[in-house]
Amino acid sequence: MSIRSESDAFDHQGPGEKAVGLTPRGAWNAFMMLLTREILRFGRIWVQTVLPPMIMTALYFVVFGHLIGPRIGEIDGVPYIQYLVPGLILMSVITQSYANSVSSFFGAKFARHVEELLVSPMPNWLIIVGYVAGGVARGLTVGGAVTLVALLFAELSVHSVLNLFGVALMTSILFALGGLINAVYATHFDHISIVPTFVLTPLTYLGGVFYSINMLSEFWQQASLYNPILYIINGFRYAMLGISDVPVWSTYAILAVGIVIAYLYVLRLFRNGIGLRG
Amino acid sequence: MSNAVEIYELEKTYEGGTHALKGIELAIAEGDFFALLGPNGAGKSTTIGILCSLVNKTAGSVRVFGHDLDRDRAWVKSQIGVVPQEFNFNQFEPVEEVVINQGGFYGMTRKAAKKRAHELLKQLGLFEKREGMARALSGGMKRRLMIARALVHGPRMLILDEPTAGVDIELRRGMWDFLTQINKQGTTIILTTHYLEEAEALCRNIAIINEGRIVEHSSMRNLLAKLSQETFVLYAREPVESLPEMPVVGSRLIDDETIEVDLTRGQELTGVFDVLRGHGIVIERMKNKTNRLEELFLRLVQDDDAAINAEERP
Repeated sequence: MSIRSESDAFDHQGPGEKAVGLTPRGAWNAFMMLLTREILRFGRIWVQTVLPPMIMTALYFVVFGHLIGPRIGEIDGVPYIQYLVPGLILMSVITQSYANSVSSFFGAKFARHVEELLVSPMPNWLIIVGYVAGGVARGLTVGGAVTLVALLFAELSVHSVLNLFGVALMTSILFALGGLINAVYATHFDHISIVPTFVLTPLTYLGGVFYSINMLSEFWQQASLYNPILYIINGFRYAMLGISDVPVWSTYAILAVGIVIAYLYVLRLFRNGIGLRG
Repeated sequence: MSNAVEIYELEKTYEGGTHALKGIELAIAEGDFFALLGPNGAGKSTTIGILCSLVNKTAGSVRVFGHDLDRDRAWVKSQIGVVPQEFNFNQFEPVEEVVINQGGFYGMTRKAAKKRAHELLKQLGLFEKREGMARALSGGMKRRLMIARALVHGPRMLILDEPTAGVDIELRRGMWDFLTQINKQGTTIILTTHYLEEAEALCRNIAIINEGRIVEHSSMRNLLAKLSQETFVLYAREPVESLPEMPVVGSRLIDDETIEVDLTRGQELTGVFDVLRGHGIVIERMKNKTNRLEELFLRLVQDDDAAINAEERP
């Protein structure tokens, strides 16, 4: 066997000529390999990644939907148990896409197998896209699983399919990028749970998953408008139920601006090698 | 022959102020089997880290197969395979997946990477273990797995940082044979090792780095020729009462059957044997007491340390 392999994945250039690394086909292969690895990773540990959010959602429906819900009645003309569905689905998408990026990338840093990527000709943007795609895959998979659980408890409706997938996809991209930023800075395992515990969870719970901000006092209504997750959850609720506390365009504006800023930021971190290269 | 690596005035200062590389210059010919030696903290791993893009350089330039590392970084990466000092693969992945994934990161299709991974795993004696988890492998097997992973994309240059650390002698010899074979097929190999006999056995050219500076850069043959004195241990068949006068710079009786002789360049062991035979002393076996490269290495590093100390003294 020859130890060399003639590959069409690389650009073959002579000395002195400008040479790029991967060809477009090679870049696609690299992306698919990284995405497949991420899907296999969270698939192998589905008991830790997919099952807990399903159980958690079922409990929310039992406690808030069936036990407390009938006392609340309707919100914006929708039974409370049905009102809960979009928020609970999107809460899973947010937490799972974030968790996938942060745990996978920090794990790779900790065990040093991130070096497999850093020594490869994959450009920084492609590594980022690969990890984000992994986060999106887990976020949407768990979102889908939670939707199946919701079907057992409530009647589901879809007001706008395009908005449904648009908001879910952009949300998972944004939070997968957030998880990646967290992982780059993290130096201990504690660091990967600080943001989800002390930032994401409070913002999500106060972002209108369980209530409409119209039920709050004027002060808290105004305060809630500073919570970006409120816009995201309401955009998704609009896609499912056709009701929202905020205009739908603001959902997309928040998501688009957030994605651009987070992507450019994480790209800068990779380029400078912060937390990655000596 | 063109150079695989050209390094000019390479400097690295880490955050915190450690000046790891102080303007090193190095040229490694294409197809060479090159040893980069130095004591712990000398700058070997930093140099290799810069070559592999795992460490950002502070100043200087690096060219690999004629391409500037800064300008054509991705292309340069595609030409290099790396076997690091520490295990840096996902221990919770199946063995073959570790190699296949790496092939994918270098742009290979899954099918092509799998075929190649199987070929390499067979060559390195890991094929039977391919479906087991990587963490279940022994230390020597993990080292071989990292070699398979580094070769999956068919690199023109292989960089090995302490590849045989913790590997038993038999496996080490097997790895030497494997590395010699791939070098003969044209792959340039850069090796750092603490086993100096390994460098002496495998490498044609050598650089010794100390405190971030290259203190020696030459062929192995020229370097060893600098050795002016060697010590041999001779084992007599019967007890020796006293040593006769011998044509060497030094000789001593260690115990009643063991003799040590020091020879400088130009002196031959045949003269020693003639004198001993003349006095009825028959030598049954002998060995070279010191590893020649080790002795040179220590001397060069000590000389350099002394020079640095002299410079620093007011």
